[in-house]
Amino acid sequence: MKLTEISGNINEWFSGEGPLSDVVISSRVRLARNLAGHRFLAACPATEKAEILRKLKDVLMGIDLGDEVFYIGVDKVPALEKRFLVERHLISQNHAFGKGPRGAVIARREFFTAMINEEDHLRLQVLKAGCQLPACLEQINRIDDMIEQKVEYAFSPKYGYLTACPTNLGTGIRVSVMLHLPALKMTGQIEKFLNATKSLGLAVRGLFGEGTEAAGDFYQLSNQTTLGVREKDIVTQFEKTIIPEIVEYEHAARSQLLSHESSLLDDKISRALALLKNANLISSQEALFLLSHIRLGLNMHKHQGASTPAIDRLCSLGNDIGSAGTSDRLSIATVNRLFLLTLPAHLQLNYGKELDSTHRDALRAQIIRSALNG
Amino acid sequence: MQCEVCQSKEATIHLTEIADGVRTEMHLCEQCAQEQGVGTKSYIPLNELLSSLLSVGPKGEEPAQPSVGEQVCPHCGYTLDKFQEKAVLGCPNDYEVFEKQLAPLIKKAHDGATCHCGKVPANTPTDSKKQLEITQLRRQLDEAVRKEDYELAAKLRDKLVEFK
Repeated sequence: MKLTEISGNINEWFSGEGPLSDVVISSRVRLARNLAGHRFLAACPATEKAEILRKLKDVLMGIDLGDEVFYIGVDKVPALEKRFLVERHLISQNHAFGKGPRGAVIARREFFTAMINEEDHLRLQVLKAGCQLPACLEQINRIDDMIEQKVEYAFSPKYGYLTACPTNLGTGIRVSVMLHLPALKMTGQIEKFLNATKSLGLAVRGLFGEGTEAAGDFYQLSNQTTLGVREKDIVTQFEKTIIPEIVEYEHAARSQLLSHESSLLDDKISRALALLKNANLISSQEALFLLSHIRLGLNMHKHQGASTPAIDRLCSLGNDIGSAGTSDRLSIATVNRLFLLTLPAHLQLNYGKELDSTHRDALRAQIIRSALNG
Repeated sequence: MQCEVCQSKEATIHLTEIADGVRTEMHLCEQCAQEQGVGTKSYIPLNELLSSLLSVGPKGEEPAQPSVGEQVCPHCGYTLDKFQEKAVLGCPNDYEVFEKQLAPLIKKAHDGATCHCGKVPANTPTDSKKQLEITQLRRQLDEAVRKEDYELAAKLRDKLVEFK
């Protein structure tokens, strides 16, 4: 399958749908697994890595995922395609730019990826839109069970699933949610949020995982402890305690903006709209930053009935906010689509060739202008 | 009160330090406190764990034996020095070969936990499954006692007795 078959559209998990989707963009559960009888990758010669890849690829291409699956030889595809897969959260940076034989098996609807020969032999992930962690866990468990019938995982009764790095040992699970927290940022409370999450032993990362900044007010929150705690208990803690509290804080910050700082809020949205509708060059960082304010305005209108001159102007650009299928103008889905399709690798893959940064900025501005100006 | 460093945000962290009988106070906002390394650290970064790894060798070791860092895994040829350098292990057997040295690191990295609790592969031998179930029941029993839920604790204790 050619990646251009998916690169022009948003994927399921970024559809803007799902429970609590005004704050929780997506939910993800990842499992780390290794094959018994093989060395971990850091000690594997290329021949052993190739053998592991072949074995796992055959198994994964043979299981029924309820969707068409395709395989990408990550070590063989051009750098632009690797960057595209990272932007789409289908593979990690480490996997994209690692060494040796490696690949990914991906479900066409992009809810599932298996990275073969990343840090561990196998990293499975299930992604869903909005707050849907229990459904992610249920689905990934089912997939893991199917794989387990065909291979033997490295497992010890004492330490559980054995992983290359002891920090993933035990369940090998990483539960994470992608959050959009623009109001906490605007009201200066984001550091409190970051400190609170750290004191709960959670990790906070930016839009594209480890080592990335929180561009566009997107934050990825995930568990760190994988040993001595059951998978479903981690998911329940996120679902019942952590996420509702963060959503409540973000909503309170949105209400605070509306009641006490509506002119500041209105100005931010107004400026974002003016720049996005008129600029000729926009960097990807600037686009993420400005689109974040547009997304905030649309969500505040939809979920809190907010009305300021700028929010009203936003809404007059399209009257289909949140209702898919009526018009393709300014809905949350349209804004999410702009977020994704204006990322550097998406832009270039859809354009058909690599572009320098000035040309990318011009193309990005043009795509956004035409979406907002109709 | 304003933060002493940035002079703009509100100070929410108030630090009092007494050194050599001299008392100093600092009032910082959360961001500046973090930049100055003040505040609670919730988890220990991997590199920090690794750097302490080789200092936790078994006590009373004979000087003639190879040092802890040079001990070799017969399956993958890895040493603890190599693990420290790469931050990943060489093979699943390393967890057994270097267990003494790895155990404190694992405990630190996982909030004090020392054994698995959760999913078990379907093809795990019955004995191992039983061992795991006992571990999980013990954990639940501890939790019930901690929460003073003695009714649940009694049920779990009975279950444990049945298992053994």
